[in-house]
Amino acid sequence: MKSNLLDVFMTILKRDLSLGLSRSSEIANPLIFFFIVVMIFPFALGPESNLLQRIMPGVIWIAVLLSATLSLDMMFRSDFEDGSLELMLLSRYPMTLLIMAKITAHWLLTGAPLILASIFLGVLLNLPVESLLYLFITMMLGTPVLSMVGSAVMALTVGLRGGGVLLALLILPLYIPVLIFSIAAIDNAILGLPITGEIYILGALLVLAITLAPFATSTSLRIRFG
Amino acid sequence: MYENTSAVLEAVRLKCVRGERLIFENVGFQLCSGEVLQIDGPNGSGKTSLLRILCGLAVAEEGEVNWKGRSINDDLAEYVREVNYIGHNNGIKSELTPLENLVVARSLMSSNREFSLMEALAQMNLSDIADIPVRKLSSGQCRRVALSRLLISQARLWILDEPFTTLDDNGRHLVQDLIATHARKGGNAVIVTHESLNLPEVILNKLTL
Repeated sequence: MKSNLLDVFMTILKRDLSLGLSRSSEIANPLIFFFIVVMIFPFALGPESNLLQRIMPGVIWIAVLLSATLSLDMMFRSDFEDGSLELMLLSRYPMTLLIMAKITAHWLLTGAPLILASIFLGVLLNLPVESLLYLFITMMLGTPVLSMVGSAVMALTVGLRGGGVLLALLILPLYIPVLIFSIAAIDNAILGLPITGEIYILGALLVLAITLAPFATSTSLRIRFG
Repeated sequence: MYENTSAVLEAVRLKCVRGERLIFENVGFQLCSGEVLQIDGPNGSGKTSLLRILCGLAVAEEGEVNWKGRSINDDLAEYVREVNYIGHNNGIKSELTPLENLVVARSLMSSNREFSLMEALAQMNLSDIADIPVRKLSSGQCRRVALSRLLISQARLWILDEPFTTLDDNGRHLVQDLIATHARKGGNAVIVTHESLNLPEVILNKLTL
């Protein structure tokens, strides 16, 4: 049974990855959006590097939140429309396991590229090394939380008309804790203060999301279908 | 005093409400092992809603569904292992090939080892197109891909929503044969269709909503 669970997890993971890669625009568009949002700031605020170095980690994180919100749509919509989600709800495996596989695939397709893009933009904007390092660490802890919280809310709005705007309204407030502690960690690191507290809290948020998000998502989906 | 314990699937006084509107009420039936139920009725009479209640996707406003004498909500996870639901939507991904779709479907369901995936596709006359992405296939061929899940499933209860739509004559015969064979082995099927079913040696119950 144990190896079966792993098998079905890998099957769904591979399926979602190959589906995602075959719809490359759904992956590329949030990334391009992310680049544009970040690059607007130097244009609007001028090229003064002290100011930019001060605010750019925050700007990059905000752009990550917005871009993550855009990318959530691909997680369930096509499976909802073609009936695949019904098959999953009626499968002999726990829905939470299948959802975990879908979230993992979604993070690999959208969260991981966003981390690389953030570092790339950070280098381009001449951010100090500490900022880059802690940007990377906070994103490694934070972006999976975005995918998981996103899946629970997305499951509630999948298939609704005007769901996109509703999703953004519901999801962005929920993303704020991740933003607060990530930015606090980066700011403290630049000032040479300890950051273990913030990193622990981000880690705790991640563990909390891993524990609760699959259940919340599966319950939300059952409500949507009921 | 004595209940009919041989009833495998039993629906008791089901009531379905959508928003404020009553769709149906007092719907009930009993199916014994090997029996098939055909559900018919005008558009909008709640046929699909009834099927979704029967397979546990939706909850009835009132009444209950019993499987082997126990309410399906007692152990929904156990019950859905015995169910193979093929709804309006085929549940197949248009980017994947029929074979890849079946690989995913088999890993999700309790599959039998009677047929390999290629044999199942061959039974549905799909072997030539097993490696072509589904989006390039006709809607009848897509329906066949979805219905080929019946061949690899171990489920005892088949719940089929308009299985014959977009199928050609050959496909209709094939699917009726599958249902008849399944029923003769003691399986059950609940089928929504307007067509008259031709299932030799099988007890066919009818329910009109």
